[in-house]
Amino acid sequence: MEDIVLLQAIERYLDGTMQPAEKAYFEELRKNTPEIDQMVVEHNMFLHQIETYANTLNLKHTLNEIHSKLLSFGEINEGGEVSAKGKVVRMWNKYRKVTAIAACVGGAIALMISGLFAYLSPVNNNQIQQLKRDVEFVKRKQQDQGSKLNEVASKIPKGAVVTGGGSGFLIDGKGYIITNAHVLDGSSFANVINSNGVEFKAVIAFKDEHKDLAILKIEDADFKTIKTLPYSIKKSGADLGEEIFTLGYPRNDLTFNQGFLSTQSGFNGDSSSYQLQISANPGNSGGPVFNSKGEVIGILSTREKQAEGVAFAIKSKNIYKLVEQLKNTVSDTLFQHIKLPTASLVKGMNRKEQIKKMSDYIFLVQAFNKK
Amino acid sequence: MKSELYEQALLKGLAENNSKAIETIYKENFNTIQSFILNNNGTYDDARDVFQEAIITLYEKAQNSSFVLTSKINTYVYSICRRLWLKRLHQMGRYTGKIENIEETIAVEDDLEFHEKRNVEFAIMDSALNSLGEPCKSLLEGYYIKKMDMQELSKVFGYTNADNAKNQKYKCLMRLKKLFFTQYNIGE
Repeated sequence: MEDIVLLQAIERYLDGTMQPAEKAYFEELRKNTPEIDQMVVEHNMFLHQIETYANTLNLKHTLNEIHSKLLSFGEINEGGEVSAKGKVVRMWNKYRKVTAIAACVGGAIALMISGLFAYLSPVNNNQIQQLKRDVEFVKRKQQDQGSKLNEVASKIPKGAVVTGGGSGFLIDGKGYIITNAHVLDGSSFANVINSNGVEFKAVIAFKDEHKDLAILKIEDADFKTIKTLPYSIKKSGADLGEEIFTLGYPRNDLTFNQGFLSTQSGFNGDSSSYQLQISANPGNSGGPVFNSKGEVIGILSTREKQAEGVAFAIKSKNIYKLVEQLKNTVSDTLFQHIKLPTASLVKGMNRKEQIKKMSDYIFLVQAFNKK
Repeated sequence: MKSELYEQALLKGLAENNSKAIETIYKENFNTIQSFILNNNGTYDDARDVFQEAIITLYEKAQNSSFVLTSKINTYVYSICRRLWLKRLHQMGRYTGKIENIEETIAVEDDLEFHEKRNVEFAIMDSALNSLGEPCKSLLEGYYIKKMDMQELSKVFGYTNADNAKNQKYKCLMRLKKLFFTQYNIGE
């Protein structure tokens, strides 16, 4: 009986329902009687054990309930017989997404077919897809922006026809931007917009459809020359399995994505590209592919249609080759001053800081034609 | 891509035994694990067991307030399941030597060790409770697991007043404690 009284006292002491006076007395007792002290410790541990036991038991119960629920909804399947109704529900649940995707893809394909007529370059066959932004998409964007920023008129001349868009990034602080040639397909003019939504006029300085690279030069009084770019462009190759990330404009906001370098060659063994494991979307074309040190290792350009998450990037050394070639062959002074950044200033930083530093130099490219 | 915040919220829900959060985690992960187990010599029941055990492991981890998950939930769950399943296959002598790896894994050995220990404690408490006999077992379960108060319990069990029920509860508790610690200390 005495034990029970003591146990009762201990339990009240532990759950904090003891009156202050009694508590002080009990604590004194505890201090002077090691046996009681031991009992308190032991009981506390025991209560903790019961508590854990109860929680785990409840969790197991919840898990079993959820399992049965998901089974009956057809979200999970254990191969058993299902009633006719369950089957329909299951089929619908299972194919709901597929149906939605199929509908979207159908719509997208209809739009793309008209575009496909325009270019028949070697990269452009039905197994891979260039990540250029859809014309309709860019047009809509313009309208959106128009309504948002009435006071800032677009620098695209009135009546111009927007033909497409993608991403691009500075390779020289004086305003040289590299992007994919296919982003500019069928257009003779381009404007660029930075991550803060500021638009600059640019000219297409050079376009090489075979290499699928193009250089734009910002020609706008609002643009201020940038002394040093935070990232560098890598001259040597990148390693297999390297962690990579991209920044680009598949939507109107700068979008981050990450993945791995999965093969040293591109589509059909194309040695001028890498194969990446990353999810890329139309609009990512021309965007930089960075390694963890903040060095540009490639330019995201196409993705494989048949496989999810497979994209291709043109190796960064091609930028050096291109610039070198331009300096040697074109006498135009436009290219003589290009100096590619070779040292990354964001090497040791964490990803978030790196992106903060770099985001100002990655642009949304809008290609258009004057009427 | 799932955001970190979203995953943190799910884990918080799991730690609080929120059935909605648990259901989401269940839905997003179960099928991968099931196909992994089925493809590696397992049955539907195995898949369910292993998966639920992994969720319990994650739950134990999430309960620690200083806990930060260093990987995505699905990577963690997959790693745990893979490890648990390998172990089971080994115990059953069905180990084939080749387990295909469908996703990246992270090191989870420490967590599993902790979970093993919890499992043992759970089993001891379970057997102690079950060898108590009625009405002790139901009385204690009512109080400590279903969290009913003494008033309610005395009504359910037919005690004349809450004090009597309370007295009985303490007697039962002392027996349970004895049973538990005998087993527990053998295990130590």
